[in-house]
Amino acid sequence: MAKILLEMKNITKTFPGVKALDNVNLQVEEGEIHALVGENGAGKSTLMNVLSGIYPYGTYEGNIIYNGEICKFNNIKDSEEKGIVIIHQELALIPYMTIGENMYLGNERGKAFSINWNETYGEADKYLKIVGLEESSRTLIKDIGVGKQQLVEIAKALAKKARLLILDEPTASLNEDDSKALLDLLLKFKEQGMTSIIISHKLNEIAYVADKITVIRDGSTIETLDKTKDDISEKRIIKGMVGRELTDRFPKREKKNIGKLAMEVKNWNVYHPLFTERKVVDNVSIKVNKGEVVGIAGLMGAGRTELAMSIFGKSYGTRISGQIFIDGKEVKLNTVQDAIDNKLAYVTEDRKGNGLILSKSIKFNTSLANMSAVSKNRVIDADKEYLVAEEYRDKLKTKCPTVEQNVGNLSGGNQQKVLLAKWMFAQPDILILDEPTRGIDVGAKYEIYCIINDLVAAGKSVIMISSELPEILGVADRIYVMNEGKIVGEIKGEEATQELIMSRIVKSSKGEQ
Amino acid sequence: MEKKINISEILKKYTMVIVLVVLIIFFSVNTEGRMILPQNVNNLIAQNAYVFILATGMLFCILTGGNIDLSVGSVVCFVAAVGGKMMVDGKMNSYLTILVMLLVGIAIGAWQGFWIAYVRIPPFIVTLAGMLVFRGLSNVVLEGQTLAPMPESYLVLFNNYIPDVFGREGFNVTCFAIGVLVCLIYVVLTLKSHNDRVKKGYQVAPLGGTLIKVAVICVAVLLFMFRLSQYKGIPNSLVWVVVVIAIYSYISSKTTTGRYFYAVGGNEKATKLSGINTNKVYFLAYLNMGLLAAVAGMVTMARMNSATPTAGGNYEMDAIGSCFIGGASAYGGIGTVPGVIIGVMLMGVLNLGMSIMGIDQNIQKVVKGLVLLAAVIFDVVSKRKAFIVK
Repeated sequence: MAKILLEMKNITKTFPGVKALDNVNLQVEEGEIHALVGENGAGKSTLMNVLSGIYPYGTYEGNIIYNGEICKFNNIKDSEEKGIVIIHQELALIPYMTIGENMYLGNERGKAFSINWNETYGEADKYLKIVGLEESSRTLIKDIGVGKQQLVEIAKALAKKARLLILDEPTASLNEDDSKALLDLLLKFKEQGMTSIIISHKLNEIAYVADKITVIRDGSTIETLDKTKDDISEKRIIKGMVGRELTDRFPKREKKNIGKLAMEVKNWNVYHPLFTERKVVDNVSIKVNKGEVVGIAGLMGAGRTELAMSIFGKSYGTRISGQIFIDGKEVKLNTVQDAIDNKLAYVTEDRKGNGLILSKSIKFNTSLANMSAVSKNRVIDADKEYLVAEEYRDKLKTKCPTVEQNVGNLSGGNQQKVLLAKWMFAQPDILILDEPTRGIDVGAKYEIYCIINDLVAAGKSVIMISSELPEILGVADRIYVMNEGKIVGEIKGEEATQELIMSRIVKSSKGEQ
Repeated sequence: MEKKINISEILKKYTMVIVLVVLIIFFSVNTEGRMILPQNVNNLIAQNAYVFILATGMLFCILTGGNIDLSVGSVVCFVAAVGGKMMVDGKMNSYLTILVMLLVGIAIGAWQGFWIAYVRIPPFIVTLAGMLVFRGLSNVVLEGQTLAPMPESYLVLFNNYIPDVFGREGFNVTCFAIGVLVCLIYVVLTLKSHNDRVKKGYQVAPLGGTLIKVAVICVAVLLFMFRLSQYKGIPNSLVWVVVVIAIYSYISSKTTTGRYFYAVGGNEKATKLSGINTNKVYFLAYLNMGLLAAVAGMVTMARMNSATPTAGGNYEMDAIGSCFIGGASAYGGIGTVPGVIIGVMLMGVLNLGMSIMGIDQNIQKVVKGLVLLAAVIFDVVSKRKAFIVK
């Protein structure tokens, strides 16, 4: 048996209100490729952040034993000195710097007051050759494609003398050829003795490269599968990933009365706002009926948010094409105001960045999307506004001393309620809820589900985007599965299972659709 | 439902007011009372009328996200140059000239607003360019000369005093009567709104606190008007300032348009996703700044009784400094018109007090700079726990 290079023992990491990791154990042998799989939010990234020192020693419980010694990393620099290098899903390259400058950023060659550019570019070119890039290291990052940028990240890791390479979703934004090349590169490194940990949703890729697979679910390690001993078929892995019991975490809806068609989106295409050649939403057609909750399942980056925002007054993307019908009539929604006027609401996944004004009061936020209802000739009726805020505070059971409280001081669950209040007050008929329960505790989640039930009971339509499969299964009447910008499946709520949804995603990732 | 009064919160909220009062007392003592002589109180307004007007406009720019307008000093100069050219060289009608000056201000505001709001060129760059362009154009229009004097029909609008109908020597009864009237209206309105809210069962601020606040404001207004009465009464420039402040105070606190400025500064993306045209908000901020720069230009030209190519130097800094001292956030979204008034007064009192004391001009600058820095440090640090950011 080969030497154990890394052992993470009983790692527990708690955030205020959430236990992100609960007694996680991970053993990585020297010279192997170890895959980490699990659903979104299972805790994979948190675990890797603990390992790389982003969460410093002392903020978690348990021990990291690397190369036989207990490690106490205070920051990324500490872990990198030991040869542990993490490559994040979001590439950390600066577009207007050259490849060489990026590779040695924070690790410059030469003296403190005089960077040795010859050495920088010479060394950089050497590593670029190793990863199979023919570009000169003086090329600007913005001038090379994503696939090559990913290779630059790897070259950068090599330049740091990496012994243990951690790749978080390395192929998420790559096409098939680039992905294959990258995986082959990993296999080549393995032969040279490099140890890697790879996080990926693409199970076929994992089956291709990994020697061992550790499954994480809800912050705990479930099992570690060995390629040589265990069955590592996709079905087996998926079972490990989603195998939890569904308890009554979801409120029952009394009676469903699904009415006629409320909104239909036909042949919807959206391109990326900056990289205008990249298609983010690909010929999507969806329908939602009155009184119905439609779920959109998929992994992060599947294009769900982009789809929702592009429908909502073209808030995202360029070269948008397709048709939207509301109540049977075609509508053109060119601005957010058009969308609101057509009784549409979009509750963002990013409540702090795109949803709320944290420095302002609950009252201020509640009325913002529908100011005309609390004003007359543009003059605000302060009393009316106050009453409205109070009304929604009662309705949604938002916990706060007064509605004059700044939203920034509320907990995540209560912030989410204020965001919902804001959009409910805009009086929409169709609500698009994007990850409505992200980052909030179980109790608040239950209350949000109750609000969704109330909305559809009142004849509204709800489109719910969620990465949490149990949530989609528990709440939605019908589920669209989205992957890589396309709708790859439509499943009735009662027929849907986590395995079915996951297998649709996995199949389409392999191009079998 | 009444809330308890929290002393530390009140201190935090009214820090600048307290500082202002302390400063006034300090200078009064150190100048053997010369600071609060009627003429000096009058000067405080007359000298700072342009700052009040510019700072009010600047507040709206800052609200959109800490954006500033560096061009206002040059715009003041350019607008005055156009006005001077028309009235002095062209012998044109004063009212027509005022109309043209306002239109020129609006046009400049629209020009800069367009680049900032719709093309999204950083305001700093656009207004820096404007600062150069309009300073240069002023020189071109004036051909490097100073134009003077202004016609009487123009000067009366800005430099005169509201006439005393009672005609008593040494004390302007009308002026004081207006002060009393303003206080009465203020008291009645405050009490009425308080009672209305209690009747309808809304949450109200504690009556005691409200009464103290009302009393303090009334005493301040009465003392101020008393001093003015002992001089020549209410200067017309004060009327202009009050009109501007009243209008913009109302817009910022009571209208949806005003609300959008706070929203954009608080979180532009969220505001946009709420169906609000954020481009328009930026545009309005700079359009309005142009308009108010024109008004300030008229006031300045009247006070100097001339149009010169160097007028308006550093006016933008006076306006920006007053806003930040008055509690506007350098990140946008926070700040009020009353706060700005306090900021302008504070700067004005510092200037006046130090000048009367005969402190060297250069030292004055040092003091003002440090006060500005201290005010913003206080504002930023009081909002978080740690002094040094890790």
